[in-house]
Amino acid sequence: MSNTPKPITILQLYPRDMNIYGDQGNVQVLTRRLEWYGYTPNVITYNPGDTLPKNVDIVIGGGGQDSGQERIHADLLKIGPILKKWADGGVPMLMVCGLYQLFGHFFQTLNNTRLDGIGILDVTTYGTTERLIGNIVLESATFGEIIGYENHSGQTFLGENVQPLANVIKGAGNNAKDGNEGAVYKNVIGTYLHGSLLPKNPKLADFFIKTAAMRRYGSFSNDLIDDMFADLAREIARERPR
Amino acid sequence: MPKSFTVLAGKAVRYVARLRGGGSALPGLFVERISPRFVPDTLAQLPHGVVVISGTNGKTTTTKMVVALLESQGLNVFTNRTGSNFVRGVAAALLGEIDVKGRLQADIAVLELDEAHAVKFVEIVPPRHSLLLNVMRDQLDRFGEIDTTAKMLERIALATTDTVVANREDNRILKATSTLDTSATVRYFGLSSKLRPQFPNDDDLHEAGARKASRKVASSEANKSPVADVTLKDFNEKGAAFTIAKKDFVTPLKLKGVYNIYNSAAALALVRAITLDASVHSLLGALSTVTPAFGRGETLTVGGQPLELVLVKNPSGFRLGLESYDPDGYATMIAVNDNYADGRDMSWLWDVDFTKLTDHPVRVSGVRAYDMALRLQYDEVAIEKVEPELQKALSGFIEAHAEMPKRIYCTYTAMLALRKELSKITHVEVIS
Repeated sequence: MSNTPKPITILQLYPRDMNIYGDQGNVQVLTRRLEWYGYTPNVITYNPGDTLPKNVDIVIGGGGQDSGQERIHADLLKIGPILKKWADGGVPMLMVCGLYQLFGHFFQTLNNTRLDGIGILDVTTYGTTERLIGNIVLESATFGEIIGYENHSGQTFLGENVQPLANVIKGAGNNAKDGNEGAVYKNVIGTYLHGSLLPKNPKLADFFIKTAAMRRYGSFSNDLIDDMFADLAREIARERPR
Repeated sequence: MPKSFTVLAGKAVRYVARLRGGGSALPGLFVERISPRFVPDTLAQLPHGVVVISGTNGKTTTTKMVVALLESQGLNVFTNRTGSNFVRGVAAALLGEIDVKGRLQADIAVLELDEAHAVKFVEIVPPRHSLLLNVMRDQLDRFGEIDTTAKMLERIALATTDTVVANREDNRILKATSTLDTSATVRYFGLSSKLRPQFPNDDDLHEAGARKASRKVASSEANKSPVADVTLKDFNEKGAAFTIAKKDFVTPLKLKGVYNIYNSAAALALVRAITLDASVHSLLGALSTVTPAFGRGETLTVGGQPLELVLVKNPSGFRLGLESYDPDGYATMIAVNDNYADGRDMSWLWDVDFTKLTDHPVRVSGVRAYDMALRLQYDEVAIEKVEPELQKALSGFIEAHAEMPKRIYCTYTAMLALRKELSKITHVEVIS
């Protein structure tokens, strides 16, 4: 690696209100792996009312409570067009749980009020009384086996303009019917897996890093990271009760 | 069903359950089934009524303090000592204490109940006093979301008939109790502005990367917050300074851990609400002799060296534990299980900052040892050894660090297993 600093900017959306069940772990894994690969990560936190940076390399967002979703909702609608432009341009984004839902067309609550989303992902979500919760194992053509934990009562249905992230091997996923989990549009991935997602799925973490590095620098580090603990943690998690 | 029959039959089940070696709630379940009025009727006899202690962290040690303080005032206290804090756990504990006619020889009941069970319990038995400690993210896979947990504490407060004692520094508890539609009195315990930054609440802990900003918000909010009956003013390794009813007091303490020390302010405020005429000096005298509850900073002796067990069950508790105990001079092990009582979801480990252990190689164990090792890898904490099997890990840990003090952070079922192993080689207090 050369000694020229190679910054990579991560925009973390709404960490104050949408950051639950270890979502912070996803940001931490990205920043550490970027460092280990020789890049200089720069995390910009964005909360309602803040100013968006001009250029970002990765956008990441997490889950929250109903009250958190309400607090960020108006602001998200305001910055939606910019996020959409970035998404169309190929910026890699990871949206977990609550922000996954709001990256879709709408979230319809149990008493039929509709919370509009920003429509980057062609998905719609309906509140239910059933909580889909527990260890989950997926199989993805692109990323192989994905292991995590889901905990949501909203059920999400995919439209024609997104691909599911993976098929469900064990657990529920997007909803109780379709047997798939998550949604992908260009380099935007929405998913219900926290747990956290990226620590136990280094292939996914490296997808975001590699995509960002290729877009910005036209190349990706060939350094190696020892993922033995992740491999062993996956082996155990796969066999644990739901 | 005649009451004396319920009592005798329940006692019989309790005896058999003991012979089987465990299952403290089983006889309670039995009594609950055959006589649902057993718990409320038995508790209704108490002259000083029922006290419910709830919240995410510190219930067990706080309950222990409250019991000691009440006993110092000459009261005979019934409490659910086993930590089996379900309604039927209370029933089981009652069965051990009452005579065959169903009379409870006590003046007051002090019950530790987790939020979800407390809500059900107060519907059957409205408490005269309640103590609301904190709302933190704990096993959210059981309760749903943190705002739901706060609502549960609000319902406990609403069911309380005399006085609610509440944590002024917990935003959700403060909000719930300051707008409470009730005839009950609300009293607060709190922290001095100097100490406030040392005790992050749930919102502070989740203000990731923006900790300083949250401090500013917190202290500006403190300006308009209500007066606390008991304020923890300052503390060090020997004792604590309190402001009680606007006067300053100092006392030595045997308790360890910053959150235990803060909860001693909670215990003082609660007992002052119950025994209005108790002298502060006699209360502080009793408080100074209280030792930590089992697994909550409990110290055993192994091979002539201290071995501390620190129970960790949620991000805030783990984080506060790491802030409370200096890793210098100690060998450290972390044991993480994911059984139902521990919580199945491992995501909470990512809400704990382990960088305090950076210069101290750590051993890890438990069913989810590799999840823990993975977590430490990303905080660049050196890992001495990973051994998922608790028995092997414990003996290896003791052998490798025979000549130095040791500390084990452990989840609930890991702690039970470790205590069992340790009882073979050292004196471990028996929990009845």
